[in-house]
Amino acid sequence: MSAVPPVEVEHHENYLNTSYGVWSWLLTTDHKRIGLLYLVSVTFFFFVGGFFATLIRLHLMTPQGTLVDAATYNKMFTMHGVVMVFFFLIPAIPTVLGNFLVPLMIGAKDLAFPRLNLASWYIFNAGGLLMIYSVMRGGLDTGWTFYPPYSSLYSNTHVVSAVLGIFIAGFSSILTGLNFLVTVHTMRAPGMTWGRLPLFVWSHYATSIIFVLGTPVIAITLALVGIERIFHLGIFDPSLGGDPVLFQHLFWFYSHPAVYIMVLPGMAVTTELITTFSRKRLFGYGFVAAASIAIAVIGFFVWGHHMFVAGQSFYASMVFSILSYLVAIPSAIKVFNWTATLYKGSISWATPMLYGLGFIGLFVMGGMTGLFLSALGVDVHVHDTYFVVAHFHYIMVGGTVMAYLGGLHYWWPKMSGRMYPEGLAKFAAVVLFIGFNLTFFPQFVLGYLGMPRRYHSYSPEFQVLNVMSTAGASILAVGYLLPMAYFIWSMRYGPIAGPNPWPGTGLEWLTASPPPEKNFEVTPVVTWDAYDFPNRHDLKYPAPTPGFTPAQTWPPE
Amino acid sequence: MSEAPYALQEHFRDLEQQKDAATLGMWIFLVTEVMFFGGVMLSYSTARYLHPAAFAAASHYSDPLIGAINTAVLICSSLTMALAVHASQLGERKPLVGYLAATIVLGCVFLAVKAYEWSHKFHEHVVPGYDFSFPGPEARSAALYFTHYFAMTGLHALHMVIGVAVLGVLLVRAWKGRYTPAYHTPVELSGLYWHFVDIVWIFLYPLLYLIDIHR
Amino acid sequence: MSETIVPRKNYVLVWAALMVLTFVTWGVALIDLGPFSIVVALLIAFFKAGLVVLIFMHMLYMRRRTQLVLIAGLFWLVILFLTLGDYITRHPLLFCQPLPIP
Repeated sequence: MSAVPPVEVEHHENYLNTSYGVWSWLLTTDHKRIGLLYLVSVTFFFFVGGFFATLIRLHLMTPQGTLVDAATYNKMFTMHGVVMVFFFLIPAIPTVLGNFLVPLMIGAKDLAFPRLNLASWYIFNAGGLLMIYSVMRGGLDTGWTFYPPYSSLYSNTHVVSAVLGIFIAGFSSILTGLNFLVTVHTMRAPGMTWGRLPLFVWSHYATSIIFVLGTPVIAITLALVGIERIFHLGIFDPSLGGDPVLFQHLFWFYSHPAVYIMVLPGMAVTTELITTFSRKRLFGYGFVAAASIAIAVIGFFVWGHHMFVAGQSFYASMVFSILSYLVAIPSAIKVFNWTATLYKGSISWATPMLYGLGFIGLFVMGGMTGLFLSALGVDVHVHDTYFVVAHFHYIMVGGTVMAYLGGLHYWWPKMSGRMYPEGLAKFAAVVLFIGFNLTFFPQFVLGYLGMPRRYHSYSPEFQVLNVMSTAGASILAVGYLLPMAYFIWSMRYGPIAGPNPWPGTGLEWLTASPPPEKNFEVTPVVTWDAYDFPNRHDLKYPAPTPGFTPAQTWPPE
Repeated sequence: MSEAPYALQEHFRDLEQQKDAATLGMWIFLVTEVMFFGGVMLSYSTARYLHPAAFAAASHYSDPLIGAINTAVLICSSLTMALAVHASQLGERKPLVGYLAATIVLGCVFLAVKAYEWSHKFHEHVVPGYDFSFPGPEARSAALYFTHYFAMTGLHALHMVIGVAVLGVLLVRAWKGRYTPAYHTPVELSGLYWHFVDIVWIFLYPLLYLIDIHR
Repeated sequence: MSETIVPRKNYVLVWAALMVLTFVTWGVALIDLGPFSIVVALLIAFFKAGLVVLIFMHMLYMRRRTQLVLIAGLFWLVILFLTLGDYITRHPLLFCQPLPIP
């Protein structure tokens, strides 16, 4: 990590070189180092989940299934879902980028509770290890939703250890959310009013609300499932008098808002990318900030749309359907504001911008198909088909993972002090976009034609589309491996980035890259609004950075 | 740790900011606890709604007198906890130690009564999943009452045990004179936690013992 | 933040009120109020909880944002309990006890 740079540059003390050795990392309370620790953890879980995804796609190359038997296939998609949702998508952006950037962006020295922050990383890994243990011992086949009575009575797989793993990892989410909320409330630098907070921070604030208020409910729910399974009780099991729909209510009370936990930070990153690379004030700051909070709040009112065909009351279904439409309003506000920001902006096609634009397109696709699903009648038709699978992968993979990678590229110079290879990175972004669409667009068609999800075999007429999807997945895999390779390469050989390579307006760009251990030499005093590109005369355009030249000069003639 | 009775952590501007952050953090934590208990209370509510008769019959196994005694014990412990915080605000070391000790004792009394009550349930063979027999056709639904009874009182008792342990640590530190009018945040925050656990019981008592006396 | 120190007397008064209310809630339970017994019991419980939160936990003297945290928590608890709306509307006659399945 901390290698001698090939080009001799002015040495400055930063968070990476203040101390060395394994313990200086494992016992650190520095939010930046913890962010990097999380980066290692979630990358590991991403590839574990990706491994199962690969197996699923390979298996579905032929109608009768090539690779594994039916029972093993059930385990494959379950473990793909559980690992990706609970151990990658939910933590990825908040714990890596959020941890690293929230204190920097508000001008604080650290998060409010640094030791809790470190504890949350250990708790997360403890939960993850239990999950890996369940996988190693033979896996799990309940689907990531753990619906009883299958999960509590019939399944012969390692439900209890998996549920316990998620229960434990949930506490890490709660601690992270709590830390962000308190930090944003109490640790802002002088002059950093709520109206001047970058929208990255606003979105993380909204995400933290969901973390704090939703996660306890999934914790108690999964605990009840575990207790029911161990002691053969009947809380959810109808054969013992319980009510399985109650589980679904409790589960989706968390797990639907959890979707917003995944996508709100993605929106956070995209907002930053779009403004920076349009070199323009964000259009409608107040609306975007309010939309973040609105998504967090309305997101808690829609969980019942997962249960339209589960025996829920018809009246409840109607209400949930209408409320689900409401969530489209703040989401659309964001999309319109991003596009309005692009309008007459001075756009540069840097790699992070490619990811940002990719996010907008794919998120719109995912969001619009979400409206199909919240329509009662249509949902009965496409429920539990590949249409649903494609829909949420457009949001989760097309949205969150795109934004996560975009954010990593954008802040990589800040994190490592070095640039990644721009040409290769652009290539990888394009590969990802093509691979993604080839993988998941056919699944919309498959679902609409009636191919059910979670089946290990399918009718032969679906094969062409399935092969397309598998081919796309292999392209996607290349797109994921490339950044991994060149990020590692750039840690040693990348050109030195300088404090503000793009240049961006946030406080994080005022400090050195990588930042010093306490973030700022002098606590900044904020006298400007967020994204105030026209009035920030301290920013030089184009940025004098080796290895990267913006496409246009600033200001435009 | 350090010689100073209180330590300002490096990343805070001043003690006020540090205390502000800690208090806000504790309240947010308590809200997560509200949601945590909320999940199991919702489960209880739906089960009771679906099986009212069985829940009424089953709740007669819980003695309202014992519940009332335990409520009183817990309310008294909340008073001593509040007085402990009061003493720590004024920097009175001996009263602080005394009130903390009293709170711990009352907490243990509560747990002892709870243990008695649980053992009684075991003797009456109404422990679902272990030893359960209930007269009448609604046995299966009545088991749901006892499942929720054990889940809710068990979770509550677990919180009590954690609370007693935390207060034990506070007691030792208070004895050593660690808490001053300038720095007594741990006492305050533990007090908040203790009162929260009290509030949970304030709701559990009527829900589990009282509302079905007449059915 | 200058701390508000509540006089000892107030704590004792709240304690007395809580004890009285405990016996009131028990006494009321002995009277047959039909479906209202649960309403009364919960009202008393909320009142007691309010006393504990406001005085013992100093919520009266907290900053506005801490009060907001509590209100948000209660609001979200209400959202969670909207789940009951599904159960009470499952049957053709709204807001009735579930009908026996023939």
